[in-house]
Amino acid sequence: MKIRRRDFLKGVAASTLLLAAEQNPAQAKRARKDLPPNAVGILYDSTLCVGCKVCEHACKQANNKVAEHTSPNEPMWDDPQDLSDKTLNIIKRYGVEGQKDSVEGFAFIKRHCMHCIDPACVSACPASALVKNPENGVVTYNKKACIGCRYCQVACPYNIPKFEWDSPFPEIVKCQLCSHLLAKGGISACCAACPTGASLFGPVEKLRLEAKRRLGMEPGKYYDFPVADIESTEVQQHRAGGYVKHVYGERELGGSQVLYLAGVPFANLGLPDLPEDSYVALADGIQYAIYKGMVYPIVVLGGLIYIIRNREEKK
Amino acid sequence: MQERQALGGKVLTVPFKVCAAIALIGLFFIGKRFIFGIGSVSNMNDGYPWGIWIAYDVVVGTALACAGYSIALIIYVFNKGEYSPLLKPALMTSMFGYTLAGISVIFDIGRYWQAYNIFLPWLSNLHSVMFEVALCIGTYILVLWMEFAPVLLDKFKADQLKVRLNRIIFVFIALGILLPTMHQSSLGTMMLMAGHKLSPLWWSGFLPLLFLITAVVIGYAAVIFESLIAAIAFKRPMEMHLLSKISALMPWLLGLYLVVRIEDVNLRGYLPLAFEGGLLGNLFLLENLLFLGALLILAYPNNRQNPQLLFIASCAMLLGGSMYRFNTYIVGFDPGTGWRYFPSVPEMFITFGIIAAEVMAYLWFVKTLPVLPRLTKA
Repeated sequence: MKIRRRDFLKGVAASTLLLAAEQNPAQAKRARKDLPPNAVGILYDSTLCVGCKVCEHACKQANNKVAEHTSPNEPMWDDPQDLSDKTLNIIKRYGVEGQKDSVEGFAFIKRHCMHCIDPACVSACPASALVKNPENGVVTYNKKACIGCRYCQVACPYNIPKFEWDSPFPEIVKCQLCSHLLAKGGISACCAACPTGASLFGPVEKLRLEAKRRLGMEPGKYYDFPVADIESTEVQQHRAGGYVKHVYGERELGGSQVLYLAGVPFANLGLPDLPEDSYVALADGIQYAIYKGMVYPIVVLGGLIYIIRNREEKK
Repeated sequence: MQERQALGGKVLTVPFKVCAAIALIGLFFIGKRFIFGIGSVSNMNDGYPWGIWIAYDVVVGTALACAGYSIALIIYVFNKGEYSPLLKPALMTSMFGYTLAGISVIFDIGRYWQAYNIFLPWLSNLHSVMFEVALCIGTYILVLWMEFAPVLLDKFKADQLKVRLNRIIFVFIALGILLPTMHQSSLGTMMLMAGHKLSPLWWSGFLPLLFLITAVVIGYAAVIFESLIAAIAFKRPMEMHLLSKISALMPWLLGLYLVVRIEDVNLRGYLPLAFEGGLLGNLFLLENLLFLGALLILAYPNNRQNPQLLFIASCAMLLGGSMYRFNTYIVGFDPGTGWRYFPSVPEMFITFGIIAAEVMAYLWFVKTLPVLPRLTKA
């Protein structure tokens, strides 16, 4: 008995080492994911945004969200400080504390779900309450499946999902790219409302090309800019801004369906510098190496049952 | 004659009543949470969606409850039957620790009334680390109760049932070793997804391995700690012969942990962060110094015979391991954009209530059930 037991343990040790080798964190990543076939998204161009916040209003109207008052004074207007359980889309203005805009520059930024190509929230959710549509790639939420564990909030690299902390029956709240409007052939409410074309809806492939076109523009010269939907014919003439030569969201963490262009460094707009491989790919890779087809766990369980049974019978 | 005995004596002692009072306060706030929502009792927020209920009750709590796992590992896998006297008390604390972690998850999750969704095949997300952890911990709670059941069956003289259970108990023992190995490492994998939000002093591809090692280290440390405390509290002889033998393993485990932990941070180039004097750097150093201290104490065979030093070393391991886990989930986690988190008083009372309930259950069980080894008069 002793010898067999030792052989078994040797086997376990050997396979653990193999596993460890396979599990070398640098190599455990799974392959990157591709853009869904009919992926739609938003190109937000900070240089075109005038900060009118009409998109915030349109978003609240389209998604049945109420106003929120965060200022200590008598409430006068809807003044969300950040995304919240009542605000799925927000315009923020970058400025440096104590500095004049004319010295430090300023810029608007619009924040909402990025609709990642490899979304951490979808991978994290244990109950498939967050899913990525295989056709248009929109990440949607199903409250009937959600258990409220909030792992999506921990996992989201952009801190997008919000939770209804003050409700006894809370839900997760996030931008779903107005999927209820898309289903009726429409576009997201924020883009439909945007008066300057700063928020532009459309197929991601076309938005990527449009972003590239803008990066090639000569600052100060006039160009045509599509408005609302890149597939519509409506255009406006604007002077091209001085762009930072980078399309944020094209490669970050495997890419997203929301893309950003800006005239100031993205880090200033609260968009962190991120690697091209998603953290999901790494976590999945490690889980996959260990639990591939449940082979290792079943082998280990079989071995354990074998040695424990023998031991109990000897007693 | 039985190998184990109930201690007997009064259950309603002063410590028991103090614990009951704390548990009642906790219960009050739990009631408030169910009526007015999590925000009414907790400081958790959209930046810090997990607070002490997850980081302490589940992530640290289940590690403290790895006593049963660690002892089962040494008895069954390494074939050291002499540790059997330590098994039942260890299994019992594991059973309480895991059961209460399971219960605290129910009031932590927002939509508890549909928690079963995780296990509906058409909703289960097999890619989710959370799914794997929930499934493993859920099953392990059942397994622990089955492993402990013979003690209860003895008490109620249900001999037939016990014979039947004994015929299949090896399956539960085997699961009792496999499941913690899986979910304790997955508790580490879980925070891989936090990516840039977790300080590079804690974020690492080795999170699963480091979480597994700390579970085993904390498990053994808890056995030593509980055994010494029980000996003093109930005026029983210390089980020094077993404890010193078990602690001979610890320097190896601690050494392995420290090498992986430090070298991993070093290879990624973040070791200088530890010496910058900030909170995170200091906590990183403290965690590892606690483990190093325990290693240095336990490396000398003479020290392992000394109950005081053994107790100090076990405290250092409990603290170091718990801090590592807590820091990974809360202190080292920074979602950016100015979010802050410090647990509120009601939130802490719910956690204190859970700990109090655990102590009460321990006292009640050891006094009324044959858990601790029977003393033979010398």
